[in-house]
Amino acid sequence: MSHPVRGRFGPFGGQYVPETLMGALEELEGLWHEAKADPQFQLELAGHRHAFVGRPTPLYAATRLGEHFGGAHIHLKREDLCHTGAHKLNNALGQALLALRMGKKRLIAETGAGQHGVAVATVAARFGLECTVYMGTEDMRRQSMNVRRMKLLNTEVREVTNGTRTLKDATSEAIRDWVTNVGTTHYIIGSVVGPHPYPELVRDLQRVIGDEAREQYLQADGKLPDAVIACVGGGSNAIGMFTAFLEDRDVTLIGVEAGGSGVKSGKHAASLVGGRPGVLHGTYSYLLQDGDGQITPTHSVSAGLDYPGVGPEHAFLRDTERVEYVAVTDKDAVAAFKLCTRLEGIMPALEPSHALHHAGVLARQFGPGGRILLCLSGRGDKDMDSVESYE
Amino acid sequence: MRATSSRLEKALKADGDLKLVVYMMAGHPNRKKSVEIAKRLAASGVAALEIGVPHSDPLADGPVIQKAGQTALDHGMTVDACLGLASEVSGVGAPVVLMSYVNPILAHDPRRFAADAAQAGVAGVIVPDMPIEEAEPVASWLRSASLDTIFMVAPTTAPNRIGAICERSSGFVYCVTLTGITGVRKELPAGLKDLVGSVRERTELPVAAGFGISRVEHMKSLRGVADAAVVGSAVVADIDAGKDPLLLVKELLKACR
Ligand SMILES: Cc1ncc(COP(=O)(O)O)c(C=O)c1O
Repeated sequence: MSHPVRGRFGPFGGQYVPETLMGALEELEGLWHEAKADPQFQLELAGHRHAFVGRPTPLYAATRLGEHFGGAHIHLKREDLCHTGAHKLNNALGQALLALRMGKKRLIAETGAGQHGVAVATVAARFGLECTVYMGTEDMRRQSMNVRRMKLLNTEVREVTNGTRTLKDATSEAIRDWVTNVGTTHYIIGSVVGPHPYPELVRDLQRVIGDEAREQYLQADGKLPDAVIACVGGGSNAIGMFTAFLEDRDVTLIGVEAGGSGVKSGKHAASLVGGRPGVLHGTYSYLLQDGDGQITPTHSVSAGLDYPGVGPEHAFLRDTERVEYVAVTDKDAVAAFKLCTRLEGIMPALEPSHALHHAGVLARQFGPGGRILLCLSGRGDKDMDSVESYE
Repeated sequence: MRATSSRLEKALKADGDLKLVVYMMAGHPNRKKSVEIAKRLAASGVAALEIGVPHSDPLADGPVIQKAGQTALDHGMTVDACLGLASEVSGVGAPVVLMSYVNPILAHDPRRFAADAAQAGVAGVIVPDMPIEEAEPVASWLRSASLDTIFMVAPTTAPNRIGAICERSSGFVYCVTLTGITGVRKELPAGLKDLVGSVRERTELPVAAGFGISRVEHMKSLRGVADAAVVGSAVVADIDAGKDPLLLVKELLKACR
């Protein structure tokens, strides 16, 4: 069910891009299928995943959180322990290896929270590639620590002052750069969004999260969890987590979107909960738009979820009801950030803090026997300012 | 294959002279002025007038057209208002081509968009983020409303795709001169002649070259190469600066002959 037919997940996906990019997308698709089947490439990827990223990441029993929520068993998949602090490096690493295979010497990326930008800057340094990252000025302000990290890694951070000055406009600028420099440059998109083959490629590189977690969970508990939860911005950590469980029909899968000030308030970034299908950044999926097809401004306390679109595979999983999608507000996410930090000694990023809040809701529903697995997609140092200044 | 040639086909076929197509953004610098400007441009002797439908996320556009689109949206420009503008202009002289990103068309409903555009007297539609693989259902609705659908060929288009793009196009084929986004350039790329040539080999439709074209020298270098030249950002920049775009258009028209 998760294999796109000609770049589609049901009706969703596609390649709505300027003609200039069609050749590069075809090349990328062919190359990825080749690399995926090449044992040498897989061996190299596995080696870097182990020694550079720090995989496999542990599965952690969050017992104090579980007790706090009424006795359910909560396990965290510790993607926050990946090198650079988030799952984003899984994707950046794989795509950097592809860029080397294509002979491209320059990487570009967009970033919101800065975690993807840092991941790409990191692999650029590791493999000696040139790197430019596009970032909205609003995000540069609220994620300034990551801007400094990228600069130290010798990446050029280009300010984006258009539109909402967040992830959406940074993505548009990165695509424009790619249209202009497609011959020499590989675009590492940061989530399971964008034109085919990106949603498939990024999923294939992120599915290691769920593949590991499913095995670890079975080993620890002898059976599968009742529910698996992950936050959804573009949807890469969630797809990475869910893919291994899609055929496990008894496992409830839940994606948590950014509810901002509440979906009813209109100030949110919950495209699956509050949006309609349309085309943004080359793909047909749910998005936040007005009646005229103009993309509407989003709001979230978390820069990494502050995006009006979502990956097309999530749109398909929503419509086929395999995955349930909910929205959690800024306020609840900030509270969950603090709770996890104090009870577990683990400071989560604001993005997965949305999922942590919902884990609490679910745990209370399930009661003491409940078994929940959550993707802790990143660590929260980058968010200290946002949390402290949140009132 | 085609029984009759369309309005656009007739208007853009070079007859010794190079033809000029100009682009402007609907609702820029504001709604009222854009109607005036559109009427004057349509009557200026250009072969066709491209009218841009503003979009919040114009991926193929450089800063000049991005800004014009944002200005238009800030002034409340809608798809319906663009169609209204087209209907006021379509009888004036040059045939009108709408240039819209795909999402406003989807949001409007492709069937209704095609019917409304035909009703407004529009001759054809260009969708810069709709390659031939994604053309349905939009292209079918346009065809059934007797509107031309113009597809683009880029310098990065593989030779085996060029034929398929020409096959799907009607009215004319849009040859993107450079690997990049819209915006004024000093010089046109060296490979342009070959690119237009390889499009020509595969179609009898007129071939229009666009992106980066802004100067008299550019026009001269396109004479005998392409049927038509599309000038966008240079015209939009003049409109944005409050200059009369007809001064530039007249100069460019002179260079066509
Ligand atoms: C820690 C973390 N989690 C989640 C996300 C959201 O992205 P995605 O939905 O693709 O996992 C981000 C994005 O920046 C992030 O930094």
